[in-house]
Amino acid sequence: MSLKYLLGRLAVMVPVFFLVVTLVFFMIRFAPGGPFSSEKSVSPAILKNLEAKYHMDEPLSRQYLHYLKDLLHGDLGPSFKHANRTVNEIIAEALPVSLELGLLSLTWALMIGICAGGLAALKPNTSWDYIPMSFAILGICLPTFVVGPVLVLVFGVWLQWLPVAGWESWQDRVLPSLTLGFAYAAYISRLTRGGLMEIRMQDFIRTARAKGLSESDILLKHSLRGGLLPVISYLGPALAGIITGALVTETIFNIPGLGRFFIESAVNRDYTVVMGTSLLYFTLIFVCNFLVDIFYALLDPRVKYV
Amino acid sequence: MNPILSIKNLQAHFHTRRGVVKAVNGISYDLFPGETLAVVGESGSGKSVSQLSYLRLLASPPLKIPGGQVFYRDKDLLKLSDAELRKIRGDKITMIFQEPMTSLNPYLTVGAQLIEPLVIHRKKAKSEAWQAATAALERVGISNASNAMKAYPHEFSGGMRQRVMIAMALTTEPEVLIADEPTTALDVTVQAQILDLLKSIQKENKMALLLITHDLGVVANIAHKVVVMYAGRVFEKGSVDDIFYRSEHPYTQALLKSTPRVDRDDKILPAISGNTPDLIQIGSGCPFYERCSYRTDLCQAEFPQVRLGLKGHERYCHVEKVSS
Ligand SMILES: Nc1ncnc2c1ncn2[C@@H]1O[C@H](COP(=O)(O)OP(=O)(O)OP(=O)(O)O)[C@@H](O)[C@H]1O
Ligand SMILES: [Mg+2]
Repeated sequence: MSLKYLLGRLAVMVPVFFLVVTLVFFMIRFAPGGPFSSEKSVSPAILKNLEAKYHMDEPLSRQYLHYLKDLLHGDLGPSFKHANRTVNEIIAEALPVSLELGLLSLTWALMIGICAGGLAALKPNTSWDYIPMSFAILGICLPTFVVGPVLVLVFGVWLQWLPVAGWESWQDRVLPSLTLGFAYAAYISRLTRGGLMEIRMQDFIRTARAKGLSESDILLKHSLRGGLLPVISYLGPALAGIITGALVTETIFNIPGLGRFFIESAVNRDYTVVMGTSLLYFTLIFVCNFLVDIFYALLDPRVKYV
Repeated sequence: MNPILSIKNLQAHFHTRRGVVKAVNGISYDLFPGETLAVVGESGSGKSVSQLSYLRLLASPPLKIPGGQVFYRDKDLLKLSDAELRKIRGDKITMIFQEPMTSLNPYLTVGAQLIEPLVIHRKKAKSEAWQAATAALERVGISNASNAMKAYPHEFSGGMRQRVMIAMALTTEPEVLIADEPTTALDVTVQAQILDLLKSIQKENKMALLLITHDLGVVANIAHKVVVMYAGRVFEKGSVDDIFYRSEHPYTQALLKSTPRVDRDDKILPAISGNTPDLIQIGSGCPFYERCSYRTDLCQAEFPQVRLGLKGHERYCHVEKVSS
C-alpha cells in the first residue's frame, strides 16, 4: 500500500469533514426550538442577554464563520445548557468512558466470536457448530435495548451478581460491555465460521495437507490469516457501530459517556455539544475504518492501492 | 525389483445424497522405482480420486474406501493412522496438482511455503531449509530464486507457480512424485516446458513419477508404462509401445483413434460414440459395455479377469482377439 494512497485518503477527509460541520451546523439550527426555548420563566431581557452571550443575536452566517474560526483552533465552544462548561471539557470527561466501554465490548466480541466461530468451523455440523451458531442468530436478531434489560434482570436482579448501573468499579463494566458486545460477538462468530470454512475448501489447504502438515498447523499457519479477513474488514463498521451504539447502552446503565451527552444535547438543542459530539463520532468512525483498511492490506498481500 | 507403490484392488466411493458414486472400483497397478507411469483416461474416469483417496486428501465423509490395499514399500497406507500417514505424505510421496493458480497459499510468501516440508519432515532449521528451498527453485528454472522466495504467489504466472509447486514437491527428494495433470491448466508452450522439466528431474533423481493425464501425446513423450482407466476400472496396462502399437482393448483403441497424431494424416478424428456411464448406476459388468462394438452378454454380466500378454502387458476384456 503506497504512502500516496494513504495521504490521498487523509486529504479527502478534509472536505468531507468540512461538509459535515456545515450540514450539522445548519440542520440543528433549522430544527424547531432552540437552547433557551424551554426555559419558561426567563424574562425577555435575560433571554436577550443569554443570546448575546452566545452570539445568537448575530446573523447565522456570522455565527457559522465564528464557529469555524474557533474550530480551527480546536475550540468547540461553550455549552449552551451546562453553565460554565466548555464542550472540550465535556468531551475530555466523557470520551474516555465511552472509549473504555467500546474497547471492552469489542474485546469481548472478538474473543467470544472468534473462539465460537473457530470451533464451529473445525467441527462443522456437530453440536460444536449448531449450539453457538444458534446463539449467534439470536444475538444478531436481538437489539441492545432487549439484551440489556434481560442481562440486568438475570444477573443484576435475580442472581444479584453484578451491579446494574454506574461506572465506578470493574463490576460495573461487565454488564454494559457484554450488552454492547453481544450482537457483535454473534456476528463475528458467523463471519469467522464462514471465513474459515471457505478457506478450508481451497486448493491450497489440500496442498498444505499433501505436504504432511498437522491439522493444527493447517489451521494456524494456512487458514487463520485468510479466514479472518472478513472479520478484519468488519472491524471498521463494528467499531463505528459500537461507538454510536453505545448511546443506548449508556442510557440503560446510566453511564456518564458521550452517548448520554449526545442524546441530551440533541433533545435540549445544546447546539455546540451536538456539533462537538457529532464531529467526534465522525472522526472516530473515519479513523477506525482507515486503520482497519491499513491492517487489511498488511494481511492480504494481494491488496495493492496504487 | 519390488514396486515402490503397489495399488491392489482399491475401491473409492462417495456417499452422496443422490446415492453411492462408485468412482474407483477395484483397480490394481504397480509403480516401480525410477519409472514414469502414466495413468490415462477420460475426464471422470477416477484418475484423481484413486490417488487422493489413499493419500487422505479428500473429505471423509463423503469418501469411503470399502476395500483394497495400497502398499508403500511394505506398509499398507490404508492401515496407517493419520499421524503415521502424514510422515510419508509430503516426504516420501509428494504430489502436485492440476490447478497451479490456486494451489499455493496467497497469504504466505513462496519461501514460507517452500520450506515447510523440510522443516516438518527433516526437522531442518529455518535458515537451512531456506537455502535448500532456494536451490530447489533454481533447479526448476526460476531465475533470481532468492527474490522469488520472498515474493507472493500472485506475482507469478501459472507456469511459474507450477514450477514452484514442483520445487516444493522435490525438496524432500521423494521416492514417488504424483503429478495430477500438471500441465492441463497451462498454455501449450508452457506445457512442453513443464513436461520437459518433469522428465529431466525424474531422470536425475531416479524417482518414480506417476503422471495423471488425459493427453496421449504427453504419454508418448515421457512415460515408460501406461495404465488406461475408464469409469473407475483399469482396462489395460503395458509399456508405451504395448499401448500405442499393440493395444488389444476396444476402449484403448477407440481412445487412440480419437487422438490426433503426427505420424498419421487424420482428416477426421472419430469421437467415441455414447456417454460415460453414471457411476451411481454402475453394476458389476464392464462399464464400457454400452459403447463397445465387440460387446457380448458376458460383458454385461461380469467384469473380465486379467488377460496376460507378453512382458507385463495386461488387459481386461472378454473379447479374445480385437482387430486394430
Ligand atoms: N466429492 C465428490 N463427491 C461425489 N462425487 C465425486 C466427488 N469427487 C469426485 N467425484 C466423482 O468421481 C468421479 C471420478 O473423479 P476424478 O476426479 O477422479 O476424475 P478424473 O479421472 O481425475 O477426471 P479429470 O480428468 O476431469 O480430472 C467423477 O465422476 C466425479 O464426478
Ligand atoms: Mg482429475
